[in-house]
Amino acid sequence: MPEELVTYFKDTYFDSPVGKIAIVTMDNGEDYKKPNTFGFGAMQSLNECLDRVLAQGDVKGLILTGKPFIFAAGADLTQVPNVKTKEQAMEIGRAGHAAFKRLMDLPFPTVAAVNGVALGGGLEIALACDYRTVAHTVEHIGFPECFLGLIPGWGGTTLLPKLVGPEKALQVIIYNALNNNRMLKAKEALEMGIMDRMYEAVDLLDKTIEFLVGIIQGTEKVERPEPDWSNVDQLCDQAKAFADTKVHGNSKAPYMAIEIIRKAKDISVDEGFAMEDEALGELIPSPQMQAGAYAFDLTQRRAKKPVGIPEGQALPVNKVGILGAGLMGSQLAVLFLRRMQIPVVIKDIKQEFLDKGVNYIQQEIQRQAEKGRIDKTRVNWLLTLLEPTLDYQDMADCDFIIEAVLEEMPIKKQVFGEIEGYIKETAILATNTSSLSITEMASDLKHPERVVGFHFFNPVAVMPLLELIKGEKTNDVTLITAADVGRKLGKRMVLVKDSPAFVVNRLLIRSMVETIKLVDEGNDFKEVDMALWALGSPMPPFQLLALVGPAIAMHATETLAAAYPDRFFVSENIRELVARKKPGIYGPDGEVDPEVREFWKQQDPPKKATPEEMRDRVSLALADEVWRMLDEGVVAGPEEIDICMIFGAGYPFYMGGLTKYLDYAGYSERVRGKKLHPES
Amino acid sequence: MARELQEVYLIDACRVPFGKARPDGAYAQTRADDMVVKVIRSLLERNPQIPKDRIDDNIWAASTQWGDQGLTLGRTTVVLSGLPVSVPGCSVDRMCAGALTSACFGASEIQVGAADIVIAGGVEHMFRHPMGQGADPNPRFLAERLVDQSALNMGMTAENLHDLYPDITKDMCDEYAYLSQMKAKKALEEGKLAKMIVPMTVWTGNGWKVVDKDEQPRPDTTLEGMKNLRTPFRVKGRVTAANASGLNDGAAGVILASEKAVNEFGLKPKMRLVQYAFAGVKPEIMGLGPVPATKKVLEKAGLKFDDLDVIELNEAFAVQCVVFMKEFGMKLVDDPRLNPWGGAIAYGHPLASSGARLLAHLAFWFEEHPEAKYGLATLCVGLGQGGSMIWENVQR
Repeated sequence: MPEELVTYFKDTYFDSPVGKIAIVTMDNGEDYKKPNTFGFGAMQSLNECLDRVLAQGDVKGLILTGKPFIFAAGADLTQVPNVKTKEQAMEIGRAGHAAFKRLMDLPFPTVAAVNGVALGGGLEIALACDYRTVAHTVEHIGFPECFLGLIPGWGGTTLLPKLVGPEKALQVIIYNALNNNRMLKAKEALEMGIMDRMYEAVDLLDKTIEFLVGIIQGTEKVERPEPDWSNVDQLCDQAKAFADTKVHGNSKAPYMAIEIIRKAKDISVDEGFAMEDEALGELIPSPQMQAGAYAFDLTQRRAKKPVGIPEGQALPVNKVGILGAGLMGSQLAVLFLRRMQIPVVIKDIKQEFLDKGVNYIQQEIQRQAEKGRIDKTRVNWLLTLLEPTLDYQDMADCDFIIEAVLEEMPIKKQVFGEIEGYIKETAILATNTSSLSITEMASDLKHPERVVGFHFFNPVAVMPLLELIKGEKTNDVTLITAADVGRKLGKRMVLVKDSPAFVVNRLLIRSMVETIKLVDEGNDFKEVDMALWALGSPMPPFQLLALVGPAIAMHATETLAAAYPDRFFVSENIRELVARKKPGIYGPDGEVDPEVREFWKQQDPPKKATPEEMRDRVSLALADEVWRMLDEGVVAGPEEIDICMIFGAGYPFYMGGLTKYLDYAGYSERVRGKKLHPES
Repeated sequence: MARELQEVYLIDACRVPFGKARPDGAYAQTRADDMVVKVIRSLLERNPQIPKDRIDDNIWAASTQWGDQGLTLGRTTVVLSGLPVSVPGCSVDRMCAGALTSACFGASEIQVGAADIVIAGGVEHMFRHPMGQGADPNPRFLAERLVDQSALNMGMTAENLHDLYPDITKDMCDEYAYLSQMKAKKALEEGKLAKMIVPMTVWTGNGWKVVDKDEQPRPDTTLEGMKNLRTPFRVKGRVTAANASGLNDGAAGVILASEKAVNEFGLKPKMRLVQYAFAGVKPEIMGLGPVPATKKVLEKAGLKFDDLDVIELNEAFAVQCVVFMKEFGMKLVDDPRLNPWGGAIAYGHPLASSGARLLAHLAFWFEEHPEAKYGLATLCVGLGQGGSMIWENVQR
């Protein structure tokens, strides 16, 4: 475990016209890239600082703030894996509560000057002050705890509802956290009553001193409306129902937070803090929270520097070519234009295909400009970078060419073969194939070493994952350049061995095959959907099938079935679904399409499974596939599988992506007699 | 057809506390442009009647226009202060008379009708930018004997001035410096500077800290203690750390307005510009600069030296002040008309900012002395110049 990077509490004093004001700065000695965090060392430093402040004897007020650009980002999560017992976990709660309570009990007014990110414990220490001012530029205020599998346990769950009432507290602690960890901007926090004053960032501290002087001499007053507690039960029940749709009872954290919020009005601060201690005691050592801390760490560190990409200089990429102006090719063009702002040549075989693609790209760029993601005044210039063509010759000076043509090997090989005659020897050839072999695609080329898999996820603008696939002959500079382009496109990357369907699709299809088998055996679509959704994926499996499109899903399944016929196969029912061009299982009304129900053949007599049995079968299948992938060396380790599942399939933190769940729910051992992460 | 000039008024003036230019000085980790931003925002907060989009120029001086003092400081600080982008800005340099020059140029923009509201000031962060940083003097200066080697070292020019005025002794200069400290001590105790100093909260690398006091004043200084200090510029010299200003970090600025703007926005002017002038002297005796500059400005204004009720003279070196007093027949070495609240020997001299500090002293001294009519602000300038500005008290 890394040692705690201690955030120190540093005190200076100012003799104001109304007496001595203590200015306490939280500072871990690093720049803004390493935010202040709280562990035992920080709590000790806070206690020592408060001793010094009180020893002054004549302090009339206190301002708490952070080092430049940062307030505090909350508890030091790198220490979570050390917490094995309930008692240890409760001690974390008690230590924080004790220190924050001392701040609350100071015999003079205190103001938190929130000058930057204030998350989790960072927001809690601000709530422990009597007043809060905020710089207008702050964009990260919130309680991410429930997103990670924890509750705000250093006073937040008790103090926030007491301050702003249950509706707003639930919004911040439950809804925002579970909606992909949405955070508040300064203005929102001010409007919610979490902050008392908002000042321009440039003189936040000077203004906060004026504010505190005003409070001390009685010329400044903060009016806070009485929170409305009349419908607390209804609000809490609604929040619970919402939590069900997000964590399906798998993570206890949001439910525990809701129950404290429900009671917050009538309990004392001490009672609330004791409930928080209890909750931390249960949650921190829980497998879900341990997985959450693991996933958080993955996304913050390992996902930012893909394992296996060689060190070295990337080739310059100043012009990009896209083969195929279909939906995928057009989405890629928008991404390249928006992120890299370099010329993009897009080619198709017919003018009408090309026109359709160009039309889409223009509309999408306009739409993003209207949403403020692209500077409106740049739109015209950006579109001049787009060069539609029917002629390979126009790609002669491209540095990076990506194909997004039909997902069929002969077509892809033909396209690569044709273009190789026109382009520079150093140009990279990337393929956005979702399941085909990179090595085979490159096999007939003069320069197979420059071919690389560059697999995006739909919708390209939204999904953060990019699977980088190394073919047998792919050379280092190709990988380095591809990774450099991926970074410039804002993607998180995982290096994957050339293998059928790579990572995300292989696992999702393995799970889908098992899912369809459950229906074919006689279980109802909706029962299966609900049972498996509760595992933790962001949507029920048949909804995912509709989103991907049955034909594409079938196609990828066929690739896998060809490689691993022992466990991948296409159900006759799916073939029928695709043949009938059905968009999915359900009709527009959300019910099973009667036509589907009609043709779908189920086992007779049906072999019914309970929801637990269904989850068990899919989990076992996933564990089996993960072990096989690691055996084959598809990725460097289980961490890469989790990065893929978090960023490419939206799997939750409390499952640690996927492999932590397979460990704590016992599936890794049931398949292989050992855990995927042996140390945990 | 001849056109009329507009009158120019000084509306307000303020500065941040001056720090010592040292690694443990108050501003060691603070940027010069942030100090300027603090002054600009304070000036505008104190004068909320002035619409920000009516500011016609933002003129800032720095001797070293590099790093945080470069990039057209007058323009960067428009953006950094949150002023409308429509407000223009520029930078000027006349070394120690930088802020005075900003004020003169801003005033002239108003006089000729090119502007109605101008912010003008100066900054010098001498810790981040030691004197002469990055300078590359032309070798011809020495090769062709255009100047003596001592011309480029300010302390040496002060020794040269002693050579020129043998009857001005080290003791006289020490006494002058001692009196400056005592006058500053009294003014500080009586709160005379409270209106012109705005506290600034700064990052120290060890927590945020409020800087609300100048670091340089030495109220406990004694004549005895000054006697045996080192004379770093010459063996058996006369210039010491005690009878010279120090190396400092600071920023100071003013708001200037036309008569039209005063009426339109209901401003309360503190003083009216009478005249300004600059003059040159030999670089080796740059401290003499205020003498010809003041003679020139008096002549142009049609005033006599005795018409001046108060004189704010920048104290780069005590000797240069005593020379000034002697040349104008003032009472040596303590004349009540000169620097009544003390000077740079006590407060410090962050080069290009000092001119605006002098204007602040004039303006707030006038406020307390409605009987006074005319005041002078003047500075000597490295490489041999003087700058002088005469103002009329309108708080009468």
